[in-house]
Amino acid sequence: MSFASETAKALNAGDAQGAPKAASAKVAARGVNVHYGEKHALKDVFVDIPEKAVTAFIGPSGCGKSTFLRCINRMNDTISTCRVTGEITIDGKDIYDRMLDPVLLRARVGMVFQKPNPFPKSIYENVAYGPRLHGLARSKAELDEIVVRSLRRASLFEEVKDRLDDPGTGLSGGQQQRLCIARAIAVSPEVILMDEPCSALDPIATAKIEELIDELRENFTIVIVTHSMQQAARVSQRTAFFHLGSLVEEGATDQIFTNPKDRRTQDYITGRFG
Amino acid sequence: MGGRVAPVYFSLMVALAALAFMAARARAQQVSRGEALHSRPIYHGLFAACFVLLPMLAIYAIAVPLASGAIERQSLMAADPALLDDALRRGAAFREIQDLAAGRFSGRPSPAIEAGAAVFAYLSGLARWGVGALGLSVGLVGLLYALRAVTPLFRARNRFEAIVRLALLVCAGIAVLTTIGIVFSVLFETIRFFQKVSPTEFLFGTQWSPQTAIRADQGGSSGAFGILPLVAGTALISTIAIFIAGPIGLFAAIYMAEYASPRFRAWAKPVLEILAGIPTVVLGFFAALTVAPLVREFGAMLGLNVASESALAAGIVMGMMIIPFVSSLSDDVITAVPQSLRDGSLAMGATHSETIQRVVLPAALPGIVSAFMLAISRAVGETMIVVMAAGLAANLSFNPLDAVTTFTVQIKTILVGDQEFDSAKTLAAFALGFVLFFFTLTLNVIALAIVRKYREQYD
Ligand SMILES: Nc1ncnc2c1ncn2[C@@H]1O[C@H](COP(=O)(O)OP(=O)(O)OP(=O)(O)O)[C@@H](O)[C@H]1O
Ligand SMILES: [Mg+2]
Repeated sequence: MSFASETAKALNAGDAQGAPKAASAKVAARGVNVHYGEKHALKDVFVDIPEKAVTAFIGPSGCGKSTFLRCINRMNDTISTCRVTGEITIDGKDIYDRMLDPVLLRARVGMVFQKPNPFPKSIYENVAYGPRLHGLARSKAELDEIVVRSLRRASLFEEVKDRLDDPGTGLSGGQQQRLCIARAIAVSPEVILMDEPCSALDPIATAKIEELIDELRENFTIVIVTHSMQQAARVSQRTAFFHLGSLVEEGATDQIFTNPKDRRTQDYITGRFG
Repeated sequence: MGGRVAPVYFSLMVALAALAFMAARARAQQVSRGEALHSRPIYHGLFAACFVLLPMLAIYAIAVPLASGAIERQSLMAADPALLDDALRRGAAFREIQDLAAGRFSGRPSPAIEAGAAVFAYLSGLARWGVGALGLSVGLVGLLYALRAVTPLFRARNRFEAIVRLALLVCAGIAVLTTIGIVFSVLFETIRFFQKVSPTEFLFGTQWSPQTAIRADQGGSSGAFGILPLVAGTALISTIAIFIAGPIGLFAAIYMAEYASPRFRAWAKPVLEILAGIPTVVLGFFAALTVAPLVREFGAMLGLNVASESALAAGIVMGMMIIPFVSSLSDDVITAVPQSLRDGSLAMGATHSETIQRVVLPAALPGIVSAFMLAISRAVGETMIVVMAAGLAANLSFNPLDAVTTFTVQIKTILVGDQEFDSAKTLAAFALGFVLFFFTLTLNVIALAIVRKYREQYD
């Protein structure tokens, strides 16, 4: 706990000085290219994603943010036309290694989708899904504990504690999204990928999720795709700007928003295009 | 008389309607030059066309049956007034009269028939002109009225809307009334049956042999109407069928929906659909000539005594028949499970088959159950295969190697050949039909209820 907050502070301090540090990179991409059939969707991306911090991906629609996000947990494998080249490492290990099982990788790299997608099961079963799948609990009591803890961390527990057996699909949109976050963190992943997690939510639900992301930063490495500059500025420590399939600029969030190096970044954040 | 007047009448009607359409539209266009219309000219045209069509249709529907009845009575009267009271000879005589009038009569007609034919020909001609003239004048009146109605304020668009609604309502009404009519006619015959045979005997009797003595001196056929052997036979065959079609159909559907490449799917689905299109009589002789002997040989190899017609053979082929139902309906519901749920599960680190097992199938379960129900009700209602492969013997048996019989087969057996309409035997067919109808209705209602519940689940 204290270690985590130390790291976070250190990172913040680093940000304040505007000196991006890649030393504690959790995820590192080296020359990543993605093709959908003939279409070259992602061009030669190099980026470091620091541990226990929030990294935001911004950029105009269709620039490849989601594509890159899905490379990190190899969800692109499920798209038959998609081809990924280059190297992505987590903790220094290549995740596209032949020997690596993508199914196990996805247990370590959780994902929260743009549209909340709870399973048509009870709230409890939604959160218990991952732990059951990976045999994380040896007893019912242990499973109960994981579920409750995950719901607490997703700050949903108080709202649903009396109706854990009700279907998860019966919750409001914001609650569903927090349920999906609880589901993702129940397996204690190391990295959580969020693809526009607030795009379907109202400002109040959005504020809750942002608060939650800020708390989760203590324990998880978080990557968030967002179309809201304000959101990126509020929740992230680092920001990466994508344009037409290329990573244009990447750095501490403060620096990107106050003093962008690239003209295109400047135009985008000031709303001149995109 | 309907036969020869109809083409002329209806072409006149269509022509007049087309004329009304164009005239009213033209008039509306003319009016609209002076003043803004409430409705666009085309609606005035459509309204005028309806105003010609509907009255003319109504005249035809009312006048033709009336005239036909009167002509029949008059021509029979001219032939021989005694015919009118003789139900048996009446129909035959009238047919002769019609044939003679149409010049199709072979042989020498009797003078009475000749007299009748003369009256028939005269009256038919009269009626043809009468109905034609009446219809035409009603149509013209409609046309004139509709033309006069073309004014800027006239709400032709709303009127036409009302006519469309009426037409749709009539069609819906016909569909519903037909169903209700069939149900009630079966119900009434069933009630008549229960006046002859007690419901308890029918529902709980263990003997089924519907042969009743037609003459008092025939022996040994008092008739027994216990349906339990039929229930057992139907249940046995349907169970065998669903045990075959259920797993195969479901797994085929899972493969098609989840694993098959689009190319494989593109030809495999139509092939399955063709299986659904094979006439059951073809499957029936396949069952009788191919499967039943195989079952028998196989049984003999194991030292079992298999009847030459067995429930097993019929059940196997019936299972093949309903595989496409199970697979194509299940395929639909599995495909309907949103991709986002699959992604959610995969992103949690589940494998494809774990995802299918834990997320896709539970989400699709209600739909799959209703697919099974529909397949069962299809199996229960099937006749040809059982007639050919399982025999007619009403054994109360749950042994799949015995010959058994089912509801539908017995209905068919009872109603083939000459019938006495109010014998218990004939009426029994209606009672069987009613029970069958009630059973499949229940299955369908349950299936529908499940489907409805399922719809709410992930929307
Ligand atoms: N499954 C796919 N098949 C083919 N092309 C795809 C596929 N998914 C994405 N693309 C293409 O790849 C490019 C990048 O798409 P991506 O979804 O990564 O954009 P994005 O930055 O997430 O956009 P948005 O902000 O609108 O979500 C787009 O041009 C898109 O058309
Ligand atoms: Mg996207």
